[in-house]
Amino acid sequence: MRTWIKDGEMVDPVKGIVNKVDLIIEKGRVSEVLPHGTFSGKDERINVISASKKLVVPGLVDMHVHLREPGHEYKETIKTGVKAAVAGGFTSLACMPNTVPPNDCRSVTDFILEQAKRAKLARIFPIAAITMAQKGETLTEFGDLRQAGAVAVSDDGFPVVNSDVMRRALEYARFYGLMVISHSEDLYLSGEGVMHEGAVSTRIGLPGIPASSEEIAVYREISLAKLTGCPVHIAHVSTAGSVELIRRAKERGIPVTAETAPHYFSLDHSAVIGYDTRAKVKPPLRTSEDVQEIKKGLADGVIDVIATDHAPHSPLEKELEFDKAAFGMIGLETAVPLTLKLVRDGVLGLAEAIRKLSYNAASILDIPGGRLLEGDRADLALIDPEYEYVLQEEDICSKSKNSPFIGKTLKGRNELTMIGGKVVWRRSA
Amino acid sequence: MAKFNHKDLLGMQQLSVEDIRHILDTAESFKEISTRDIKKVPTLRGKSVVNFFYEPSTRTKTSFEMAAKRLSADTVSLSASGSSMVKGETLIDTARNLQAMNPDLIVLRHSSSGAPHLLAKEVEAGIINAGDGINEHPTQALLDLFTIREKKGRIKGMKIAIIGDISHSRVARSNIIGLIKMGAEVTVSGPPTMIPMDIDKLGVRVVHDPVEAVKEEDVVMLLRIQLERQNKVLFPGLREYASFFGLSGEVMKGAKDDVIVMHPGPMNRGVEITSDVADGPYSVILDQVTNGVAVRMAVLYLLIGGSKE
Repeated sequence: MRTWIKDGEMVDPVKGIVNKVDLIIEKGRVSEVLPHGTFSGKDERINVISASKKLVVPGLVDMHVHLREPGHEYKETIKTGVKAAVAGGFTSLACMPNTVPPNDCRSVTDFILEQAKRAKLARIFPIAAITMAQKGETLTEFGDLRQAGAVAVSDDGFPVVNSDVMRRALEYARFYGLMVISHSEDLYLSGEGVMHEGAVSTRIGLPGIPASSEEIAVYREISLAKLTGCPVHIAHVSTAGSVELIRRAKERGIPVTAETAPHYFSLDHSAVIGYDTRAKVKPPLRTSEDVQEIKKGLADGVIDVIATDHAPHSPLEKELEFDKAAFGMIGLETAVPLTLKLVRDGVLGLAEAIRKLSYNAASILDIPGGRLLEGDRADLALIDPEYEYVLQEEDICSKSKNSPFIGKTLKGRNELTMIGGKVVWRRSA
Repeated sequence: MAKFNHKDLLGMQQLSVEDIRHILDTAESFKEISTRDIKKVPTLRGKSVVNFFYEPSTRTKTSFEMAAKRLSADTVSLSASGSSMVKGETLIDTARNLQAMNPDLIVLRHSSSGAPHLLAKEVEAGIINAGDGINEHPTQALLDLFTIREKKGRIKGMKIAIIGDISHSRVARSNIIGLIKMGAEVTVSGPPTMIPMDIDKLGVRVVHDPVEAVKEEDVVMLLRIQLERQNKVLFPGLREYASFFGLSGEVMKGAKDDVIVMHPGPMNRGVEITSDVADGPYSVILDQVTNGVAVRMAVLYLLIGGSKE
């Protein structure tokens, strides 16, 4: 039986247009995209889904999540992680390798994909470690990992200190078509820092992480990309200086792409005041000037992708003294409202915003998804852009609740998620 | 009498000018008790105060203990090494257990900035911050304000230089906040590696050279140089620190005649201060310690004495 998604405003991130359409799905794929009102469908049994006053968007693609399995199942499992994903409108996730054990060999990649298959919801694309045990010394078996299903390699959480190792990783990864994702941080400069180094850290007496800690490392990756001609993707850009470095690199044709996370354009370092450990992330929340530049970078295309860096932590890691608490916040279920705010504020057009949440990430990782052209897999989400609500802890599907947006008023919410033509999640009234 | 409506004393940040004045006035009336033959009043009889010191401390801990005892409160002292925190219990759990015994106040010294703020949200007992990480040490600032007011007659308009590792000093941070609230002019001084970013946004002047910094000042306040910080490349060594940033009689020659010198202790003689200055006529270092007891009596009294309105 065919499915008719009726009366929705379809966002087409590829063509960059938004218009009302009749979307017909058959055998798990988009079979027809018709101008609104031209599909009658009266002479057949058809499954009708009303999308009136909703946006029909390609299933969102998050290229930066931590699903915590294997090893830290008390924070999140692949099962709870994909539940949070589909609740937030995401249908594809690329998960970072810093699990226990880390994803540095085929058996761990196999295990992750096996668990993903059991969980059935969102599609999972594992990111493997760059080096064995994430120690920054010996490269992992990129070829074997690629065959097992890894789509990228990253040192997330444990930056590769040795620049020669990073150079070789870039060169070696290209041969296998693996993207290298850099967590750009100079660990020496970060030192014991727990928040952005600036007026707020000075005022509330917390050790700071300077913006240079990120920018020096971003520049290293750009320089290595230029040297080798191999592409590199910069994860979670948080500073004005990084945006500027990436802008200049792109102008010179250096193969670099970049992502930021919703918290870096929604919050600044003042969110930490009161020692709120939910606002403790790495890189840290920066100044309002940085926030402005991140927005500018999104607007002019310097930053290609909005990825959540969904990082679940339990109260065991968060209900602690600020300096002892873990870095990270969850993000899968707040990305849509926070990104739609950029649209309302005129930073991004709607199609461009959705493109950064879907198509661009899929292109960078060279995976399917992020578009709804005829013949594409019917992975999609229906978003109510006007729905306003106060985020409650109980509403969160992720196993962990470490979000500074709890208690905040948000606008815009995913209402229904479809993967391969099947409704996998629908918001209960 | 003015009201003091606080459950906790977390920092100078949380106090208004009126609050600070009220604490100092109250301390003045308590100071005399410590000079009596029988140094005890029944004001806090039946109240219990837990001194929970997660970091080593001699002066502050003793001062709080004396203050509580002179007001007839019952005191219990815990240190990290003797507590279950070494057994891996979290701060919140330890605090909940203490709370279950219904103390009126917990005096907390902790190595993490914000630890007392965390505790204050978790327990019913009042919390006094006796020093948290590199954030604040409000009773030290209050006793410093008290001492300045006692020696100089006022705080407003006074010029005060604070010299040392400003970045890692909770004493500096509390004093800067308190002094500026009370209308003093604050200069901070020390090697550039020890001056935190954007400190001028707190309303202070930065003068790296101590000779320059002390010139016009009414008060010179030194900070203890933490010897263990040498490893963190903040400065190459004590010898160099002493010769460029140590307060010596030579440096003091350029200061005003009626300048006073303060130090929160413990002092490293020959490093941040030479003995001739520490023991010299302008030194009020021991007065600070004496006043510490009175100020802490005032804080204890204002938080848990009398009836709550």
